[in-house]
Amino acid sequence: MRTTLTGNHAQSLAAKLARVQVVSAYPITPQTTIVEQIAEFVASGEMPAEFLEVESEHSALQACISAAAVGARTYTATSSQGLLLMHELLHWASGLRVPIVMGVVNRAVAPPWSIYADHTDAVAQRDTGWIQYYCESNQEVLDTVLQAYRLAEDPRVLLPAMVCEDAFFLSHTFEPVDVPTQEEVDAFLPPLTLPYALDPDRPARLGSYMPPEQYMEHRRNVAQGMEAAAEAIGDVERAFFERFGRDHGGALPLFACKDADAVLLTSGTAASTARAVVRAMRADGLKVGLAKLRVFRPWPVEALRELAQRVPRIAVLDRSFTFGFGGALFQEVRNSVQSPKGGPLVRGYIAGLGGRDLVPEMLRGILEDALAHDEPDVSWVGIKEGTAWPA
Amino acid sequence: MARLTIPERELMTSGHLGCPGCGATLVMRYVLKALGPRIMLTVPACCWAVMSGAFPRTCVGVPFLDCAFEATGASIQGLRAGLDARGMRDVTVVGFAGDGGTADIGLQSLSGALERGVDAIYVMYDNEAYMNTGVQRSGATPWGAWTTTTPAGREKGQEKKDMMRIVAAHDVPYAATASIAFPEDFVKKLEKSRDIRGPRFFHVLAPCPPGWKYPPEETVRLGRLAVDARVFPLYEIDHGRYRITRKAGRRTVREYVEKQGRFAHLTEEQVAEIQRRVDSRWAKLESLEKATAEVHA
Amino acid sequence: MTVRPLWADVPSSVQATGTWRTFRPVIDLSKCTKCNVCWKFCPDVAIHFDGEGFPVIDYDYCKGCGICEVECAPRAITMVKEGP
Repeated sequence: MRTTLTGNHAQSLAAKLARVQVVSAYPITPQTTIVEQIAEFVASGEMPAEFLEVESEHSALQACISAAAVGARTYTATSSQGLLLMHELLHWASGLRVPIVMGVVNRAVAPPWSIYADHTDAVAQRDTGWIQYYCESNQEVLDTVLQAYRLAEDPRVLLPAMVCEDAFFLSHTFEPVDVPTQEEVDAFLPPLTLPYALDPDRPARLGSYMPPEQYMEHRRNVAQGMEAAAEAIGDVERAFFERFGRDHGGALPLFACKDADAVLLTSGTAASTARAVVRAMRADGLKVGLAKLRVFRPWPVEALRELAQRVPRIAVLDRSFTFGFGGALFQEVRNSVQSPKGGPLVRGYIAGLGGRDLVPEMLRGILEDALAHDEPDVSWVGIKEGTAWPA
Repeated sequence: MARLTIPERELMTSGHLGCPGCGATLVMRYVLKALGPRIMLTVPACCWAVMSGAFPRTCVGVPFLDCAFEATGASIQGLRAGLDARGMRDVTVVGFAGDGGTADIGLQSLSGALERGVDAIYVMYDNEAYMNTGVQRSGATPWGAWTTTTPAGREKGQEKKDMMRIVAAHDVPYAATASIAFPEDFVKKLEKSRDIRGPRFFHVLAPCPPGWKYPPEETVRLGRLAVDARVFPLYEIDHGRYRITRKAGRRTVREYVEKQGRFAHLTEEQVAEIQRRVDSRWAKLESLEKATAEVHA
Repeated sequence: MTVRPLWADVPSSVQATGTWRTFRPVIDLSKCTKCNVCWKFCPDVAIHFDGEGFPVIDYDYCKGCGICEVECAPRAITMVKEGP
């Protein structure tokens, strides 16, 4: 069925189609319409899930973890402060190996309050063991939620996953979306069978404490789950394409990179704008390309190494700020492509924070800057010099 | 055969790491006896998070889910929802947390769960301080008690947080106090609560030898003294009706505090003050019992 | 690359806590009235019943806390120093 959906309603519809059994969430702009629609689905009876209106995001994620620990398929959604508040529990979810899927509507972090698009919230959780997808369209949002369950629940993986979408640009914007039927989704996504679900018939403790002699091996095992995710992602995408005929390109879909002199690497809706900019610059005779970072965790090191062999310059646009030398994406790209033999020039650009619009001129400027310089520097794009804010 | 006054079946195994004479282990032992094997425990950071020993050991014969310190209330909610989704409606969810994890850092999630009417049992075992981390004060530490963060010269100056009143304010169907010295009373209350739907809350006194500074063999005696001196009354609030389950008053506050090193510094005036507060609270409890006598349980 | 979850199901009885003891409880069965109080109050589940209903201390686990001695009404239990 073809219809128009906001990114948020693409999330809630996907959760319904995925036959999620327990939803536990707390409201925060601009996530609210995800859970409001789920509440309506549950109230009307079309979604037979347990719906828990908890009193904080911290409790929302704990409730999902506990429900998942007994083998229920769970979903939650949040943004910004809510995601930050969940931080401790993000570690709990990955450490306990529960395959929760969470919608994250990427929103700037306070202070000051900002409800607008910014990836700092999710990027700042990159240490927590969650798979992270960044979507550029509402179709991709719906499809990715379904893929995320299949990936997270893969018995080799068993890690939770975030499906990120930009605040307002996707969450509240209508786009045409092809919605699969329940039968099609059921064929793609079987019911969850958690290998280690708590059950009084085989009592055990899930959690425990570990002395130094054991802890590292546990962490190594969690890391191996993420490595397994890197391998399994391709299987999930192929299976999805076979069933639904849509291919979102894996972890690092490339556009016009084959003979590019410079490639822009970025995430989220900026990738859409970048694609248009690349077309326009190509028409002007400039050999540029786009590498869209669709999957941030697991980090697509192999895909980047491959790209690094073909292109001499990578301009990394971070729509987040994390301190250190350059943004998180810049740091990780540079880390992956540098080698003793050299490797491409990587330049970092901090842009679009707090909902600042990433207009085509800005992205064009970034690519032109990357073509014109030879040092691996970092700059902030679009800063109004002189005063920090308008009088 | 021995005349048993509580169920014989054991679901707790020996070999746990509880201190000799640990009151908190008796709380769990009685909970397991009364509620049986078709339960799921969820336990935050507290003494009971380390009781079983290191991975892969467990000292309880029921499922046990570790949860975040603040979040026992949310964890019982999630367990109930997950079990219902899996069709396991006969399995009872039991949150089991210390006083710190309930009255302080866990208060928000408990309140949320109670307000939402979670169908679960919550047991707060109260050793009146953060014992697992080495005896720091909690909101449940009694007035005048020594702890490492209320040391000599600045012993706890605030009254003990009244969790029963806080829980009662949520209009839960059942809440009760208990003491490890009266396991028959505790088991009876637990068995009664099994058949009630909605939130059921237990505040159980669990004397702690290293934290309260007394020799371990006195644990049950102190648990009895606290009740009989009216310091820790045994009562239940059953659908709004208050009922004292053990008449008390044959012992004094002095007899209770003089057995504990954490109260060794108290002056006569302070002991008298505690006695006054205890008497006043008991009188209030008796009037609540009278006032709610007509309420249908 | 198999997932190894934090699934703990080995009973704690593999830990013999009897080594913690300084004193051990000794029961004089001639005084015992089989009231069950010692069994009831043992925090370590280290008291069981024999075929005749008399309590038996499991010295592999008994930590010697002494609660049983204090609570035994007929004073049938005595804490004896471990030693030499």
